Amino acid sequence: MAVFAFYLIAAVVLVSALSVIMARNPVHSVLWLILAFFSSAGLLVLIGAEFLAMLLVVVYVGAVAVLFLFVVMMLDVDFVELKRGTLRYWPFAVLVGIIFAAEIVLASVIGAADMAMNFDASPGADTNTEAIGQVMYTQYLLLFQMAGVILLVAMVGAIVLTLRHRPETKRQNIAKQTSRRRGDAYELKDPTPGQGI
Amino acid sequence: MDLGLSHYLAVSAALFTIGVVGIFVNRKNIIVILMAIELILLSVNLNLIAFSVFSGTIAGQIFAMLVLTVAAAEAAVGLAILVVYFRNRGDIAVENVDLMKG
Repeated sequence: MAVFAFYLIAAVVLVSALSVIMARNPVHSVLWLILAFFSSAGLLVLIGAEFLAMLLVVVYVGAVAVLFLFVVMMLDVDFVELKRGTLRYWPFAVLVGIIFAAEIVLASVIGAADMAMNFDASPGADTNTEAIGQVMYTQYLLLFQMAGVILLVAMVGAIVLTLRHRPETKRQNIAKQTSRRRGDAYELKDPTPGQGI
Repeated sequence: MDLGLSHYLAVSAALFTIGVVGIFVNRKNIIVILMAIELILLSVNLNLIAFSVFSGTIAGQIFAMLVLTVAAAEAAVGLAILVVYFRNRGDIAVENVDLMKG
């Protein structure tokens, strides 16, 4: 049963991955990418790595794919023009792909043959999430904090890259706002009756 | 036949190859190149997690989380660069990127 489910989901993963690189419209590519990530999460659930599966859905489908969707839809790009002439790249691409695939297959045939297998998705704990939680904040604390630093740098970098101050936009100046005194806003006059100011 | 490590390695290898081919095929379209890189990183993750589960050690899943972080950061910065490039040039043709130097 699990093997049947595996073949089904793996087929979905590979077909959607192929569609990502072959779709005419990048918006379709992003949607196929979401399907590929989602079904890879299914593959992970099959072997009991639930935490990473949910993380894959949250991070990839929830953040990265939506980011791609935003950018693809925001940029006004002539995608037909971009697609022109891609046909002549195919032979070279397939050649490179074959070389890569052959190397990977060769390496795994040689390397993975004598691996001792003891299947356990949650060593030393009842659930997968518990097993990860036991080591993440203790043994791998530095790694975890490094991940945080990487995210911080990426966030600051993205903001610095895309932020621009246009002179014509009106902005709120909070310091100016709060330092405003009563005397700046109005002045008292004492007009004599019948004369006005 | 039981579900084994080789099943996952095969899917991962195929996914990696698709990603590499995608980079070469969509040479002009940097958005799809970024998506192909995401596919490659996904295959790396699958590999790490499969090895982790089938060898009964948790470390691979922690590393997969780090790869996930790097993938998210890379997508954010890459797309930010893309937006800036588009703002400056009005298109995203990759072959003209070298005109931006200086």
